[in-house]
Amino acid sequence: MTAAASAPLIALAGIERVFRLGDSEVHALRRVDIDIAAGEYVAIMGPSGSGKSTLLNLLGLLDRPDAGTYRLAGRDVTTLSADEQARVRSERIGFVFQSFHLVPRLSAAENIALPMTLAGIAPAERAARVAQALRDYGLENRADHRPDQLSGGQRQRVAIARATIMQPAVILADEPTGNLDRATGDEVVRLLETLNAQGVTLIVVTHDAALGGRARRQLRMEDGSLQHDSARA
Amino acid sequence: MRLPDLIRFARDAAGGAPLRTGLLVLAMSIGVAAVVILTALGDGARRYVMNEFSSLGSNLVIVLPGRSQTGGFNPGNAVTSTPRDLTIADAQALLRAPAVRRLAPLVVGTSEISFGGRLRQVMVAGTTAEYIEVRSLKLAQGRFLAHGDWGRGVAEAVIGARIRDELFGVEPALGRLVRIGDRRFRVVGVMAASGQGLGMNTDELVIVPAALAQAMFNTNTLFRILVEATGREAIEPAKRQIAEIVRLRHDGEEDVTVITQDAVLATFDRLLGTLTLGVAGIAAISLAVAGILVMNVMLVSVTQRTAEIGLLKALGASAGTIRTAFLAEAAMLSLAGALLGYGLGQAGAAIIRQLYPAFPAWPPDWAVIAGLATALLTGILFGVLPARRAARLDPVQALSRR
Repeated sequence: MTAAASAPLIALAGIERVFRLGDSEVHALRRVDIDIAAGEYVAIMGPSGSGKSTLLNLLGLLDRPDAGTYRLAGRDVTTLSADEQARVRSERIGFVFQSFHLVPRLSAAENIALPMTLAGIAPAERAARVAQALRDYGLENRADHRPDQLSGGQRQRVAIARATIMQPAVILADEPTGNLDRATGDEVVRLLETLNAQGVTLIVVTHDAALGGRARRQLRMEDGSLQHDSARA
Repeated sequence: MRLPDLIRFARDAAGGAPLRTGLLVLAMSIGVAAVVILTALGDGARRYVMNEFSSLGSNLVIVLPGRSQTGGFNPGNAVTSTPRDLTIADAQALLRAPAVRRLAPLVVGTSEISFGGRLRQVMVAGTTAEYIEVRSLKLAQGRFLAHGDWGRGVAEAVIGARIRDELFGVEPALGRLVRIGDRRFRVVGVMAASGQGLGMNTDELVIVPAALAQAMFNTNTLFRILVEATGREAIEPAKRQIAEIVRLRHDGEEDVTVITQDAVLATFDRLLGTLTLGVAGIAAISLAVAGILVMNVMLVSVTQRTAEIGLLKALGASAGTIRTAFLAEAAMLSLAGALLGYGLGQAGAAIIRQLYPAFPAWPPDWAVIAGLATALLTGILFGVLPARRAARLDPVQALSRR
């Protein structure tokens, strides 16, 4: 990474996010300060409405804070333009969603290639990287299948392959096992943990205590505030 | 995003909703087909009229009694009035003009022709032997009116092909005596069938000597004098000389209108060209309607693909990329519709040409190009709003939609 070894990969300082619903203001996040180092495995937990999804969206640059700064690899990304943020998402962040979010009309291989297609990477390199990803995730004979022809576990593996195809620094997983049964869920979690073991920073949002407990660091959110950080406890 | 990827992405997206895509392409193709077919009809009418006027004869200068105020020709001042007659003697005097090769006076009226108990209304043209050459007409049988003194005339008639068929059937017509009005004429010739014709169709015309026609209709004036100039470049001199001769003969008053075939042609060309343009404009309205449909369909598409747009943003697509993708889709659908419509329109025009071989229903190039361009332009123009809406979607909200 470009930043000095001592600087955290992710540094949130005084992050506030306020939603206005009619006349009332809802503080989704109140003065959140979190540092996450490169290669960490973090679980963000808490009841629904606690602000954990909002935090994940902010970390993924899908949303902007109302106050505070977010430094990613030493660079202040809160002040970037929308297009620059899109560039950062493309190069540094991989998303894994609860409901997979595969494009139904595209094959597994095309879904995996989508971030590279959007980034304008040459077709030859795309093909090589997709072939490697299909091998890595055991999807070789599912390459031409569309999402509706895949099982839940296969869909999430396609989604993870897509999230990692741009070799991001951070993977943000929002309830990655929420739509899967226990066995497939475990398989998917092991896959994510393998990625983490290879050096990718893994941030998982979940309200599943078992899943959260596997992470090396737990952040507990409540009512928009960080209630508990196992790294500081 | 690379261009081939963009095109493939837009194609797949369009293919993902076949009914919507099909309807849109159909609407756009109907618009373009309407432009192609209607302009083919309009321009076909123009060419048809041009052909008909060209077949009147060559290097024609037409003299009308009476003076119209305007310099050019328009159909309104073809009907003129004057207190002074344009006489056969005037016509004969015009032969002195050096730029005139030959000419034929023309008297026109309607009368009845009867033979063997059969009777019908006919158009009677009184003229001279030169008429057939000035108008470049063809005879089927017999001979045309005899050369001779224009002021007198032998009671001979040349009849049109249709009159011959109706009056004589299979019997020979030449040499028979027919009654026209209250006079008897001997049929000396039959005109060749000319098929279609504007105004005076020689198929239903009876041609008699000018002097006898004047007597029949109790008039001294001529309807027209058809003058053939010695050449194309002699048309303008002929026009001037004719005007001068008539002015001298009419006590210094210019009381005739001299028009050239070219002027008539140019006027009709303009008139019918404008008509074609108007028809094309009307057809273009259907293209605008198709454009609104493009917008509607694309807006529905944006709504249905909200989650996908959110995903694309999460995967690093910029607003510009998403805008371009949706615009490309709208443009591709419009292009497909335009090409299909072009094919349909050309097929329609070909069918019209098959059904009416005399009618040259070819769409003009400018209309085809304008139609295709308008289709593409409206498609893209009306695609801008949905594309912008897609690009502006908030990714968080878009992703939470299922």
